[in-house]
Amino acid sequence: MSRLEARPEPSRAMMLASPLLAAAAMLVTGSLLFLFLGKSPLHAFYVYFIQPLTSLYGIGELLLKATPLILCGVGLAIGFRANVHNIGADGQLTMGAVASGCVALYFDGVNAPWVLPLMLVAGALGGMAWAAVPALLRTRFNTSEILVSLMLVYVAYLFLGYLVHGPLRDPAGFNFPQSKMFGDAATLPLLKEGLRVNAAFPLSLVAVLGAWFFCRHAFAGYRMRVSGMAPAAALYAGFSEPKNVWIAFLASGGLAGLAGVGEVAGPLGQLQASVSPGYGFAAIIVAYVGRLHPLGVLLASLLMSLLYIGGESAQVELQLPSAITGLFQGLLLFYLLATDLFIHYRIKPRHPAALLARPTHPPTDMTETAAHES
Amino acid sequence: MNEQPRLELLGISKSYPSVVANDGVDLRVMPGEIHAVLGENGAGKSTLMKMIYGAVRPDAGEMVWEGRQVRIDSPSAARRLGIGMVFQHFALFETLSVAENIALALDEKVSPALLSPRIRAVSEQYGLPLDPERRVHSMSVGERQRVEIVRCLLQSPRLLIMDEPTSVLTPDAVQRLFVSLRRLRDDGVSILYISHKLDEIQALCDRATVLRAGRVAGVANPREETAHSLAELMIGGALPTCSLAPRAPGEVCLELRGLDLPSLDPFGTHLEGIALQLRAGEIVGLAGVSGNGQQELLKAVSGEQAAPRADSVRLLGRDAGRLDAAARRRLGLGFVPEERLGRGAVPALSLAENALLTGYLGESTGMLRRGVVRDKAVAGFAARVIERFKVKCGGARAAASSLSGGNLQKFIVGREIDLAPKVMVLAQPTWGVDIGAAMLIRQAIIDLRDAGVAVLVVSEELDELFMMCDRIAVLAKGRLSRALPVTETSVQQIGVWMSGDFDAAQQAEGANHVAA
Repeated sequence: MSRLEARPEPSRAMMLASPLLAAAAMLVTGSLLFLFLGKSPLHAFYVYFIQPLTSLYGIGELLLKATPLILCGVGLAIGFRANVHNIGADGQLTMGAVASGCVALYFDGVNAPWVLPLMLVAGALGGMAWAAVPALLRTRFNTSEILVSLMLVYVAYLFLGYLVHGPLRDPAGFNFPQSKMFGDAATLPLLKEGLRVNAAFPLSLVAVLGAWFFCRHAFAGYRMRVSGMAPAAALYAGFSEPKNVWIAFLASGGLAGLAGVGEVAGPLGQLQASVSPGYGFAAIIVAYVGRLHPLGVLLASLLMSLLYIGGESAQVELQLPSAITGLFQGLLLFYLLATDLFIHYRIKPRHPAALLARPTHPPTDMTETAAHES
Repeated sequence: MNEQPRLELLGISKSYPSVVANDGVDLRVMPGEIHAVLGENGAGKSTLMKMIYGAVRPDAGEMVWEGRQVRIDSPSAARRLGIGMVFQHFALFETLSVAENIALALDEKVSPALLSPRIRAVSEQYGLPLDPERRVHSMSVGERQRVEIVRCLLQSPRLLIMDEPTSVLTPDAVQRLFVSLRRLRDDGVSILYISHKLDEIQALCDRATVLRAGRVAGVANPREETAHSLAELMIGGALPTCSLAPRAPGEVCLELRGLDLPSLDPFGTHLEGIALQLRAGEIVGLAGVSGNGQQELLKAVSGEQAAPRADSVRLLGRDAGRLDAAARRRLGLGFVPEERLGRGAVPALSLAENALLTGYLGESTGMLRRGVVRDKAVAGFAARVIERFKVKCGGARAAASSLSGGNLQKFIVGREIDLAPKVMVLAQPTWGVDIGAAMLIRQAIIDLRDAGVAVLVVSEELDELFMMCDRIAVLAKGRLSRALPVTETSVQQIGVWMSGDFDAAQQAEGANHVAA
């Protein structure tokens, strides 16, 4: 029998190793699953994780899918560090897409270089505005920001649905629930002809650097970290909690809104009934797998993006159901939470050498007899 | 000796990953003996007791219980042998009655109704009055401790371990507890009494085993020793001292006027009509047992909880009742809270990062420039505090949680002092700090006063308050007494006031003044 023992101080090595261990455990479990489904695990593994990376186009797709995850994940990580839990990034992404889509459609036919920047600003503001609702309710009425931000996701989905079914529906679109295609001036430039990855990707790298600077060097970042780790110490030092909530929501909402712009002004090129396959939710996993560190979020986003793309090729080549992607995401988060235990605890085997005063199995006779005879 | 010891420990050792808590400890407790285990914090007292109570297992050594070698694997095994333990911090359910709490804690399953007569009988037998039907939340700390003691006594223990039992009691309650303990001793119960209060040990205990750094430093008869010689045995060297020179106080720096404050804690104490004047260059001590409004009063002064009216807290000539903690610090307030980890310092952050916690407000520290942290200035400040206050640590980058309680306290006190406050408020400044460090901290506080700072000290240790204060007031049941000059009062008088009984005395004196 082994037992868990608290470490005197959290292990830095485990802190870094835990996401890798979680990823490995996810792969092993996935292989077993493939085996049970009657697929060759090696082949499935190849199709899922290697094949997407073998072509330039595949790598372009990887970066394309990683972009919204990076933008949302970095923003969420900033808030999570301060114990401000924005669960509604997908709604903020949707509202960012709506706001920038409105700009694009309003200036349809205007071929000017300011259209795209205006769309980016509108997208960020749209996401911020949607994020401001839970922030306001939390700071004014102490409402749970988790519930409010989550519920607003569905409001945003429905609002987008209303727009593409009604006012913004393309009149020449055979009644499909989607808007007109955006013009060239309202579309993000591609990084390389033939790939779909666009200028939103370098933008997301800028966001990573900005967030890294904020967390590492800005006093506001420090304040938020203290609030997350020790709320009583933050109160003692006079750090304002409402300020943290606002920073967290505006930053994550704004970045999620930008991610929305990246979708509609990128691969989609129009407003559709759904603009995100749940990037905002996957970004929660990304933020934690990335240890709430901006650079970690970057790496975790690439992994998560691979899960999306691999899931698609697994559907096509192996005829696996589409739920496989969500399943792998869930496995990853589950194993991460499990391996995180070892940051603060370690397994202590009971080896015979240390048995001077204690035997392996508790109630053998000595204590018992002594107790009974007494 | 022909009498058989009740419990004998031989060469008990226990190491934790980073520290050797006990190293070859021998201990012998006779039947009907009150045996003190003395030592500074971190000397290994608690670990030793936990091993006797089966909560921790020794790495090596033998335990002999009434002549029979035993191995104690769990607290329930210890209880079966006849060992009971009263913890320093009680684990009681506040919303349940005394009988229900005790029923939950007993190994046997007994209904609370059947237990009540037994509780009454035991509590009367040992002079520990207790109503089994009363709910715990309405009870004082002393009464709660009685619940714990009675719970142990119901199992007819032959060895009772008491871990710092008086740290939460008024002097009067301490005397009553001692009467009960002596009665238990006369019935043949052995008592292991953990404390660092030397006067109590001299008054109560028959023998003392002194621990220092995990080893037995000596076994003594406390009645034949002086408090001084015991203290020197404990710290293994000469005792440092501190002194308070008379000084005329200056203008009023902090004033509380008719402060009423409801507690945020449902079982907390509301403050009523608190009035206090604190002048530059004096130390005012607030005596009282924890839970009588100390937390609330400190939060009201520090700004962690805003007062209902702005003018009920005046700080350096400004109405500060509605200002938050940062704004009050900007006016010149320094504050050392009671909880070091999680409030005075963030455990997972380094000392440098913890220096930034309040250091960012210091005018001369230059820790911030346009919202960006200047790491160099922060590290320099932390290094200065570490050096000036002799903080034992692995440097400014060591995590706060890696420091011992006393060293972290030195760092926090040092940080607040180095920020040059005009008003300094300290809660339990030497709580859990060893004697050497305590003297250093007290001297630093006295130096502040001599430099013209107004100092407010909240402490449960009357000795400490009488050693370092110019005036003392008592906080009891959410009300604050008049502050008396130390020279015009006594430990006895303050002790009586701590039970909340100061109105009558004050009115009588007021009448005298009128008559005169």
